[in-house]
Formats: sequence, C-alpha cells, structure tokens
Amino acid sequence: MKQIIAVFTVVAVIVLFWYVACVPMNIKGVLTELERGGAEVQPPTASARRDLGEFGLVLDNSFAIPAAWEQGKPRLPSPHQVAIELWDTTVLKKINSKRSLVFHGWVTLSATMLGFVIGTGLGVLLAVGIVHSRVMDLSVMPWAIVSQTIPIIALAPMIIVVLYSVGVQGIIPKAIISAYLSFFPVVVGMVKGLRSPDAMQLDLLRTYNASQSQGFWKLRLPASMPYLFTSLKIGIAASLVGAIVGELPTGAVAGLGARLLAGSYYGQTVQIWSALFAAAILAACMVGLLGLIERSVLKRMGMAQ
Amino acid sequence: MMLVVFALLLWAFGWWLNSRLASGPQADSQMVRFLAPVVFGLTIVGVWELVVRGLEVPLVILPAPSAIAVRFAGSLDILWADFVQTILKGALSGYVIGCGSAFLMAIAVDRWDFLRLGLLPVGNFVAALPIVGTAPILVMWFGFDWHSKAAVVVVMVFFPMLVNTVAGLREATAMQRDLMETYAASYWQSFLKLRLPAAMPFIFNGLKISTTLALIGAIVAEFFGSPIVGMGFRISTSVGQLSLDMVWAEIVVAALAGTAFYGLVAGIEKVVTFWHPSQRR
Repeated sequence: MKQIIAVFTVVAVIVLFWYVACVPMNIKGVLTELERGGAEVQPPTASARRDLGEFGLVLDNSFAIPAAWEQGKPRLPSPHQVAIELWDTTVLKKINSKRSLVFHGWVTLSATMLGFVIGTGLGVLLAVGIVHSRVMDLSVMPWAIVSQTIPIIALAPMIIVVLYSVGVQGIIPKAIISAYLSFFPVVVGMVKGLRSPDAMQLDLLRTYNASQSQGFWKLRLPASMPYLFTSLKIGIAASLVGAIVGELPTGAVAGLGARLLAGSYYGQTVQIWSALFAAAILAACMVGLLGLIERSVLKRMGMAQ
Repeated sequence: MMLVVFALLLWAFGWWLNSRLASGPQADSQMVRFLAPVVFGLTIVGVWELVVRGLEVPLVILPAPSAIAVRFAGSLDILWADFVQTILKGALSGYVIGCGSAFLMAIAVDRWDFLRLGLLPVGNFVAALPIVGTAPILVMWFGFDWHSKAAVVVVMVFFPMLVNTVAGLREATAMQRDLMETYAASYWQSFLKLRLPAAMPFIFNGLKISTTLALIGAIVAEFFGSPIVGMGFRISTSVGQLSLDMVWAEIVVAALAGTAFYGLVAGIEKVVTFWHPSQRR
C-alpha cells in the first residue's frame, strides 16, 4: 500500500515537473504567436526577445502561461496534449488508417515478435550447443560475450539496404535486426542457466545412470528457466529497439520508428511524443506479459519465491 | 569455385584445430582459452574472404575483409574524426554526466525510503523502455552537434545506473551496519567506509551495462540528424552511397571502441573490487 502511494507520488511529481517545464520551453513560440494575434507582449518584438532568458520572459508575461500548454507545434508538448493525441490516434481512428497508431504499432510489433522468436530460438539452440560441446564453448562463447559490448545496432541500416538490394523487403529485414539484437542476451543468459545445476545435482543424475539427454531435459532445462525469462525480458526490449531503428532508413513508410522520423522531419512534436509513448506502452506490455508467464511457469514448477 | 572449396577446407581445418586444442592435455590452460577464440575468429574471416572472392559477391552486398582493411587503412583521418565526434564528444561526455547524476540520485534515493519505494519501480520500468526513441526530441532541443547525442546518452544510461547503484547501496548486511553503529559512525562515515565499497560490484555492473548503451545512443541519435561528421552519420550516408566497405570500416571502429571502453571499465573494476569473490583467482 505504502509502495503504491510512493509510486503515485513520484509519477505525480514527474507530471507536475513536466507541466512546469513546458512553460519556459514553449514561452518564446507562444509569445510570437500572441504578438501576431495582437496581444501586448513584453518586450514587443521577437528579435528583442531572442537573447533574453526564458524564465525572465515567463515572469514578464505571466498571462501567457496557459497558452504554453496548448501550443500547436510546441517544443515540449504538455502531458494532456500527448494523452489526447494518443487517444485520438488509437481509439478514434480506424485501425487501417495511415494515421492510426494501432496500425503503426502493429507493423512494429509484428516485426518485433517475428525477430524475437527467431532470435530466441537460435539463441537457445546455440546455448545448448555451447553447454554440451567444449569446442564450441571455447571458440564461440568469448565472441558471444564480446559482441554484447559492441553497438550492434550500427549494422541496422546496412542490413536493410543490403537485403533490399537482393530483393528482400517488408517485415523480414526488420525481423532480422530484431533477431540479431535479442540473440546474444539469450545465448549468454541461457548458457548461465543451463550451467546453474551444481555438481551435487549433476552427480545425483550420474548415480541414476541418466544419459546426456535425460540430464538435459530433467535437470538442466528446468533449472535454466529463471535465467531464460530474465534474458527474454532483456531480449524483447532489445528486439523492439531493433525494429524501431530498422524502420528509420527505409524512408519512413510505416511503423513507430517511421512515425518518430516523420515527426522529426515535419516538427510534429506531439506526434513524436505519442509515438514514443506508444512504443513505451508496447514495451511495457510485452515485458509485463513475459513477467506474468514467468510467474505462472515458475509457480507450476515450484520455483517461485 | 576452387576458392569456395578452399573455404570449406579452411573451416574444417579450423574446427579440427580447435577440437584438438579443446580435448588436448592443456585444455584448461590460459593459452588455450585465449587461442581457441582467436583461431575461430581467424577462420571466420578467412572463410568470409574466400567465399566472397570465390562467388564474386558484389561490393554492395558484402565486401571482403581485405577490402574493408584497405578502406580502413586508407581513410584513417575520416575514421578518427568520426571517432572523436561520436565516441569522445558524444558518448563519453554523456556517459560521465549520466552515470554521475544517476549516482548522486541513487544516494538521495537510498537516504529516503519513500523515494526508494516510489522511484525504483518507475526506474525499473523506464530501464526497459526503448529510450533511443527520445533521440529525435533531444536532437530538436539541443541541435545537431554532439550536445544532443550526449543528452540521448544521459537519458539512456541514467536509469540502469540508478537501479544498479540503489541495489548496491542496500548490499551491506544488517550485522555490518550494526557494527558501524556501535563504532558511533556518522551517516557519511558508514557510507564511505562500509556501504560504498560494498556497493562497488553493483555500481560497476551498471557502469559496464552503460558503456554499450552509451555507444548505441550516440550512434542512433546521429541517424536523426548530425553535422557532416560522426559514426552514425557516416554509416547512414555511406549506406546511401552503397560504399559498404566504409560502413564496415565504421563498424570495426565501433566494435573496437565498444570493446576497449568495456575493457577499460572492467579493468578499473578489477582494481577497485579486488576483494570480491568474482575477482579472485
């Protein structure tokens, strides 16, 4: 209970701070608009205002504060503007409309999911190989670890363009980037998980005369579940980032990344923020869903705390 | 076609060599642990070179490693300028500001229980979000130069660092805290002498995660607008010009920079947390 109150307080403080920050961020644009509308502004011309501090301008023109929360193309849109835009573009628009965030979100989500499934599947397979083969462990594992320190995302534009030049386009290139980004966290986490049974447990299976595959299915795989879910959560967040970044170089056709890029081209800040929040909600939903699955799986396996 | 056959042979040879190394008498020595990945990497590069030459893969799809190396050596000045712009100016300054402010915030969060209860779930939530998406906004606010890239990096590294540091500051056990209490240690004495050292493994974990995030943030932010220098800029324009050898050269720089940055932080960690079980040999 105390925790809920605390979280709400922190969120409320953030929103409040956001509203306050809107005023100095937007004041110059607001004053220019008001001046054009014929209002009395201190100082009266935009060139005189250019070099003044934002806070001084706010104090001199306190009547303009409400307008700073309702600007058309603000530098920082106020929370309710973003919320209204989100509501308009998800609930009120038709789903197949090009302006619907549900449409764009689905484009991104489908690429994310496809890539995530591919990346996770390959990652688990490689992890199994690494755990069972000493050669692979020695030669591949160091590279898997090193690759986590490399900004792999820099490859994204090239993958898109190269695949386009060989005739592959649409969802596949984005999914490949997503798969690539979720691949290595899953490998590293899964290797750790498959190695988590201690010597005592492995010895017990040996006394039962269990074969390698029995040891895998009955001990290693179940023991790796908590590690798997931890890395899945990291992997799905990385997949989403990959899909969003993968949409940037294609010339902004569809998807949340395209909304971000189009918004930044045309100065549609409200659109950028709403796309950003849509991406955040999407990520939160996916991580939350994985968390729920994790809890129920671990509970059925008797591993939940 | 001969070259492709050679590639297959090379692959088989590399695998054989590594199998020998892994099952040989010295399998657990430092030497083998170092040699096996090197052999594997060299084999991959060799196979790549031979396949690209053998099948005559065009440059716009996959350049051969030798072509990348030639381009790398031929444009060192451009690569260096991009490195300075993106890594030293953008990523590093953002990394220092972001990690520093997250550290100070973590001390405040740790001091007041209410803040910890409220901010930690929010921080955990934000740490999982696609924060690179803030790049277009921050580029709009701070301009095209490295300041906006540093700002993206600050936002990206802040929450992972915060969450890790707060977790670390709670690491000292009740017994240890009680001991400090019996010494009549003040808050700051017990902080500096007990809780900060105890938190160091967690802090370095956050710092290590942040190194990669910092590079990602700085490079991706350049896709949204940059001056005509920088690694992200070079990658996106070179892709447009289909000069993929340049793109690969930049990726080599990114890989080297990422590994070196991570290695540097890991090296400092080794010195600072020499007492931790994970560092013992």
